[in-house]
Amino acid sequence: MGVEYLYPEFEVIRNESRCIACGVCVRQCANEVHAFLGGTQTILSDDAKCVNCQRCVSLCPTHALKIVKSDCRLRENANWDNDTIREIYKQANSGGVLLSSMGNPKPLPVYWDKILINASQVTNPPIDPLREPMETRVFLGKRPQKAERDADGKLCCSLPPMLELSMPVLFSAMSYGSISYNAHASLARAAKALGIYYNTGEGGLHEDFYVYGDNTIVQVASGRFGVHENYLEAAKAIEIKMGQGAKPGIGGHLPGAKIVGDVSRTRMIPEGSDAISPAPHHDIYSIEDLRQLVYSLKEATNYKKPIIVKVAAVHNIAAIASGIARSGADIIAIDGFRGGTGAAPTRIRDNVGIPIELALAAVDQRLRDEGIRNDVSLIVGGSVRSASDVVKAIALGADACYIATAALLALGCHLCRTCQTGKCNWGIATQNPELVRRLNPDVGSERLIRLMTAWRHEIKELMGGMGINSVEALRGNRLMLRGIGLTEKELEILGIAHAGE
Amino acid sequence: MPDVRGLDHRAVNAILRETEGGCTLTGCCGQRFIGAGMSGKNICIQGIPGNALGAYLNGGTITVAGNAQDAVGDTMNAGRIIVHGSIGDAAGYAMRGGEIFVRGSAGYRAGIHMKAYREKSPLLVIGGTAGSFLGEYQAGGTIIVLGLESDRKIVSFFPCTGMHGGKMYLRSSCTDITFPSQVTARAADETDLRQLRVHLSGYCDVFGLDLNAVLDAPFTVVTPDSANPYKQMYIMN
Repeated sequence: MGVEYLYPEFEVIRNESRCIACGVCVRQCANEVHAFLGGTQTILSDDAKCVNCQRCVSLCPTHALKIVKSDCRLRENANWDNDTIREIYKQANSGGVLLSSMGNPKPLPVYWDKILINASQVTNPPIDPLREPMETRVFLGKRPQKAERDADGKLCCSLPPMLELSMPVLFSAMSYGSISYNAHASLARAAKALGIYYNTGEGGLHEDFYVYGDNTIVQVASGRFGVHENYLEAAKAIEIKMGQGAKPGIGGHLPGAKIVGDVSRTRMIPEGSDAISPAPHHDIYSIEDLRQLVYSLKEATNYKKPIIVKVAAVHNIAAIASGIARSGADIIAIDGFRGGTGAAPTRIRDNVGIPIELALAAVDQRLRDEGIRNDVSLIVGGSVRSASDVVKAIALGADACYIATAALLALGCHLCRTCQTGKCNWGIATQNPELVRRLNPDVGSERLIRLMTAWRHEIKELMGGMGINSVEALRGNRLMLRGIGLTEKELEILGIAHAGE
Repeated sequence: MPDVRGLDHRAVNAILRETEGGCTLTGCCGQRFIGAGMSGKNICIQGIPGNALGAYLNGGTITVAGNAQDAVGDTMNAGRIIVHGSIGDAAGYAMRGGEIFVRGSAGYRAGIHMKAYREKSPLLVIGGTAGSFLGEYQAGGTIIVLGLESDRKIVSFFPCTGMHGGKMYLRSSCTDITFPSQVTARAADETDLRQLRVHLSGYCDVFGLDLNAVLDAPFTVVTPDSANPYKQMYIMN
């Protein structure tokens, strides 16, 4: 059936003069791209199976391999580009819903890149973080509206439960099942060493990771996988997952084939059974219903843990966030439309939701206008890629940022965007024990610690340049930001002036 | 025997946390989350508890003399909840273990996304009839609806949508019920009836019913055709 043939997206180029036929590429590729020609020392490569994860390229001892994007293109035009046509062919061949992974790859605006940060000159001099103390510590949770005193005039110091972070970054939710045991181990260990938090996602908490409870946020999603008394007790905070930036409005679905062994035990469902997270929570149809889930979790944990409500950034996010702030939640997490995922329908990932920068600015403004900003902390995610993105987010009004893709990159992810196949050659998005072993948690956690340490230093330098010596003083300080190449409307929503103003 | 009239849910649960073993609450009127996340207690409630009774319950028994409201036994892991009256919507949502016995009827979405895990297999028995969407997304465990002393349909619209595990028994020939295409509904056979006898003996003991009389009626058994209902829907892109 010639009509079903799709020319491979990538070509594997082998420099025969360098190749020593050692077979590393053959052994390393779970997609079985490379193979010895029967009984010979010649290695052939099947381009059609290559996902360009760069594993073979990275491990080839003689640097004999490179992967290039194929220049054999369809006769595309500005309307019908190569990918669009190929997607039509794939669906005509299979009748299936297109499934992708990682964040929205479309050339939509990245507002972080259109926002510039201020620095002090002459007046209000910059601060040198090498010689002046700089505070990057933040607390997440409800802030009391006023100081209360008892009958003797002594301050009442019983504050609502809070999360203390050494820097305004957390590892966001990725479930065990979507990523590997060793990936979770790396995140948990790094979070503990750094004094920040990682998030279990909705796949439950593996018994081995209860020891990291003080640096763990557990998730309660519509499927309620692995949610039980000890799970709730183990964590420092509980996150109710209402939505996810990569796939707002739809649920999750881990195929039965991936529900094996530990993953089944951790999710507390039988092996081989599909793990379906329905799109809605079946008991939440209103803010009042959300309040019920928030308080059922508070009651179950005796008000000792802050409750986070995570939502995707969608059109009416400001009104939604206002409702969440009134539901009793301590923290709102907002996930922008470029947020990653282990698997999402392509059409949803690429077309649903809004950029986190606009959502954040709109929410922070709305909560301030309504006088309830201090009732909640805001965590934002959905493609926070660097320390400067973190600083911009905080100046726009965030209390902290969730990162996931950046953390996976630190662990070795090469963004080949095929997590949904479960054949991750870097040992991250897979449950195949052979592949999982490739990610050493000792190395992984160390790389995460280095990345965060570097970011923390950069955050201090950026703040110092502005003459600001604490994250608290930067939060919501939009005077420190200017837009570049943005329309009046965009500037209005972001609440910032244009560069030069 | 604490009288909880006028207390809020936080105060009621504070009383329960300090109670060892058994406790009877009187004057209960709509307080939510009673017994949430608790285990090993024997709680009796006189009056009407509010929503999310026994949420995340991990053992022990909660007995309600009257009706209960929505979300009874949400995400329950173990234990037993007995309601002598009727219950509201979304009872036993995602429950993984334990038992909910209701003498009266249930509202919408009872047993939704009920699960099973290792030796745990939850049991939800409804003495009267069930509202729409019974056992939606059911992934494990057993749901039984008896339709006792009722001439209404045993279950309202759209039962078993998305069901991919577990088993449902309806004490009716179900000729007036429409099931979705991914489940099989058939008359109970000998094996089913033996299982039913086991499942129902505890229920009949609790409510003083004659087990043989309850079993002396046609039962319909509903099971899913596949544990992987969404398997064929996707194509890698």
